[in-house]
Amino acid sequence: MEPCLETLKTASLPDLPYTYDALEPAISEEIMQLHHQKHHQAYVTNYNKALNSLRSAMADGDHSSVVKLQSLIKFNGGGHVNHAIFWKNLAPVQEGGGKPPHDPLSSAIDAHFGSLEGLIQKMSAEGAAVQGSGWVWFGLDKELKRLVVETTANQDPLVTKGSHLVPLIGIDVWEHAYYPQYKNARAEYLKNIWSVINWKYAADIFEKHHRDLNEF
Amino acid sequence: MSSFGSKRMAASSAVTAGYVLKPPPFSLDALEPHMSRQTLEFHWGKHHRAYVDNLKKQVLGTELEGKTIDHIIHTTYNNGDLLPAFNNAAQAWNHEFFWESMKPNGGGKPAGELLALLERDFTSYEKFYDEFNAAAATQFGAGWAWLAYANDKLKVVKTPNAVNPLVLGSFPLLTIDVWEHAYYLDFQNRRPDYIKTFMNNLVSWEAVSARLEAAKAASSSSA
Repeated sequence: MEPCLETLKTASLPDLPYTYDALEPAISEEIMQLHHQKHHQAYVTNYNKALNSLRSAMADGDHSSVVKLQSLIKFNGGGHVNHAIFWKNLAPVQEGGGKPPHDPLSSAIDAHFGSLEGLIQKMSAEGAAVQGSGWVWFGLDKELKRLVVETTANQDPLVTKGSHLVPLIGIDVWEHAYYPQYKNARAEYLKNIWSVINWKYAADIFEKHHRDLNEF
Repeated sequence: MSSFGSKRMAASSAVTAGYVLKPPPFSLDALEPHMSRQTLEFHWGKHHRAYVDNLKKQVLGTELEGKTIDHIIHTTYNNGDLLPAFNNAAQAWNHEFFWESMKPNGGGKPAGELLALLERDFTSYEKFYDEFNAAAATQFGAGWAWLAYANDKLKVVKTPNAVNPLVLGSFPLLTIDVWEHAYYLDFQNRRPDYIKTFMNNLVSWEAVSARLEAAKAASSSSA
């Protein structure tokens, strides 16, 4: 059987939909610049390297290498996927950052968590409790038709917790996400970030799935 | 916990058995410019302190209360299925071990028996350096890289989050903290520069030698 020789579609660093200082004072310009230009860029670079290695290994039928490369792909590909979502999860206050979501998400949040504040408290608590590096997620479980709060370790995307999970909002709790500004005070970061969370993005995705899911 | 385990713990460290935030064996600005005072103020003064304080709170009223950190680490490691107090206990231990792994005007190549052993088990100091460097650089997310001793051999080990070689069956001799909080203020994302600085300027080979002697003694005394 011929190996697949089509052009490999590698990843590239997406532009931020706002300037580096646009999320101040919740998230500093210094952090946004490092986070985007250094950390996310490194994930993209290393993911592409791993993909190229994977293609060679596959072409060679080198199955051990194919398997061995999976962790690098998960780390770096996950890093790329997660951060690409994250930038869209944030918005300057002037562009709606912090503004509560519209329906149907708003009503679904009230039904599942009591109130938006209830969801925020749960996410903040779970985000603060992550040991080491990881993410806290607000997601939609398409199969069970409910909203969930989950955490993942390192750069594991939400889908590693369940293939039917759709990320609506993810908050990076790796130390690089807050350290220059907040130092060890992760809880303070998690308190302030809500003022720049882009609920509209979450609400739009939810609405799209909600239509497809009939009853929710 | 096996008696061998407890000998390993005892030998590996002058690390305090009680829940005490011991100051580093140098003043907080003594490692400048390689590791800033600001870093030490936060890393020791906030992060390490929090692990110790939270450990005390966490074991209060449980069967772990009053037990040594060694005991808590082994019990809560639970063969990898970590129990809640593991993170605080192991991190309290790891950080004390880390401060004592460093000294002002440290780093570079060791001499004497330690150099001979590094050359025996890694071919050369340079090969050891490369392996330790690689372990520290490739530990994904939070964790530690170690020089450890087991079965009369030196080896480099990397561990995630709070895990340390004690629970993996070897004697820790040297460690570098690669959680981002360890280097972010001084190096931001540049972990490789941090590792290089640590290797070239901060390692206390005296501490490593002393730990190796204790490890060898403990190894030979347990049968």
